[in-house]
Amino acid sequence: MTGLVRRYGPVLTGVILLLVATWLVLLVVLPQLLMVDFSLRPMLPPSKAGGPEDVYTLGNYATLWTNRIHLSIFLKTVWASALVTLVTLAVCYPVAYYLAQVAPKRRLPTLVLMLVVPFWINELLRTFAWYIILAYNGPLNLALVWLGVWTEPQRLLGGDVGVIVGMVYVYILFMVFPMYNAMESLDRNQIEAARDLGAGWARIHRRIVVPHAKPGIAVGCIMTFMLAAGSYAVPALLGGPQSRWFTEVIYNWFFEGGNWNQGAAYAFILLVLCVGFILLMMRLFRVGLADIAK
Amino acid sequence: MTAERFRRLLVNGYLVLFFVYLFVPLAIMAAATFNQSRFPTVVPWTGFTLDWFAALWRDQRMWDALGTSLIVAAGVIALAVPIGLAAALLLDRLHARARTLVYAVMVSPLLTPGVIVGISTLIFWRQWFGVTGGVFLTVVAQTSFIAAYAMLLFQARLERFDRTLEEAALDLGATHLQVFRRITLPYLMPAVLSAAFIAFLQSFENYNTTLFVRGLDTTLTVYIASKVRTGLTPAVNALSLVLILLTILGAIAYELMRRRDERRKRVAAERAGDLAAPVEPAPATS
Repeated sequence: MTGLVRRYGPVLTGVILLLVATWLVLLVVLPQLLMVDFSLRPMLPPSKAGGPEDVYTLGNYATLWTNRIHLSIFLKTVWASALVTLVTLAVCYPVAYYLAQVAPKRRLPTLVLMLVVPFWINELLRTFAWYIILAYNGPLNLALVWLGVWTEPQRLLGGDVGVIVGMVYVYILFMVFPMYNAMESLDRNQIEAARDLGAGWARIHRRIVVPHAKPGIAVGCIMTFMLAAGSYAVPALLGGPQSRWFTEVIYNWFFEGGNWNQGAAYAFILLVLCVGFILLMMRLFRVGLADIAK
Repeated sequence: MTAERFRRLLVNGYLVLFFVYLFVPLAIMAAATFNQSRFPTVVPWTGFTLDWFAALWRDQRMWDALGTSLIVAAGVIALAVPIGLAAALLLDRLHARARTLVYAVMVSPLLTPGVIVGISTLIFWRQWFGVTGGVFLTVVAQTSFIAAYAMLLFQARLERFDRTLEEAALDLGATHLQVFRRITLPYLMPAVLSAAFIAFLQSFENYNTTLFVRGLDTTLTVYIASKVRTGLTPAVNALSLVLILLTILGAIAYELMRRRDERRKRVAAERAGDLAAPVEPAPATS
């Protein structure tokens, strides 16, 4: 802090501290705390706020357990997000490895640009593209019927399959870039040396590439899972009443059920799920917070 | 050697497939814009038309939503860029443990699902200030995480900042404000531009957070989503196509700018005659 004053003087230091404090206190920390506080209180009409009935309770959290439909939607969201994460990991690993280690240096800028461009395009528009592809009379159904996979078109929209397929597409680039960045710093000579010493293809990956790329894999998995579990756009566009996502349940508590306290509790459960996943990844890949928040 | 060649063929084939997978959905969506069919599709092809662009142009609600999006984005840039800059400068001057803690709080909004950022903002401002959803809350909620992106961009540039420049200026009698205005800020200018650019894009395309704090106001992304669910015509594709083309142009311009900057930095480093620099590994034989 004294360093800050010495460098920028008292006035600028004051401005810097004011801006950062406003951001962290007013926009980040307090809203989160109040959301948790809110979730621990029953919903009351304004006249009863602060009255004898306004006590802390876990009732809003118990709802998730007693409401079996909500519970099953929550569990579906967890496994489906994990599945999305796993599929994107499997699809991206070869791509990231190729770009980082195999691709000729000359072609690399073009390849990276081709990855960057779709990454910039609005998530909602990328979801919308799949709305057209998966439509009942859409190109995918037509192609699969023509190929003889199906005898007649199938409903692809409005179910879990459509949502999962869409999520893999929309969030795949959040997996590619962290992995690519991590693998890029691996010296190509190490792989060369391992190969010269007789290590096989699988062994090179298991013993050299994966251990080196761990932080990147962890970050990719964390981002993908968090985005999938917290997604509203994809299930709203590609799903239907039969394939509701946990975020949609939360939304309904706020804007249809009109019970914000209940919605806050569900939102906090979603947050705990995501934090839990981050901790799991950190433990699994033995990486610290400093590696992740790069 | 044939096994090696076969594997290379496989890898290249996989990469081609991956890029096809990335781009074909967007191409199909774009193509549907030019189909006469009332529902956006490419099959069956009922004839080429540009009418959907005209329909989009006449859509007053689209223009209103665009206006809202631009206002929100301007607000977010005005808040998030200075906050991000201040945060990076502060972090730069903090030591070990405090730095780690503050840093963790700063990046936490990036690891929080967008819906939760929206919900916590919505509850907090209603309970404490009686403010309900609308343009203002949308700006506030988006700023809370977009400022973190800005902070990361400033931090990356500060890492290579030659601190002695500031010290020299101070030694020569410059005031603190002069040092900031004449040395620090000009050095950080490229980061200011990229932070503003990223902030605009993030704000413009945000959906999950905005949905909870928008009140009765509709941004363009929210408008597109509502059109897809009710009243979908290829006019939505026309809008998507326009936005995608603008994004591609922006992305390419941004990437080229970033690379030119990097090249310049490398040249400067070489000129400085950094003899201790590690030898560049030989290009891989391909």
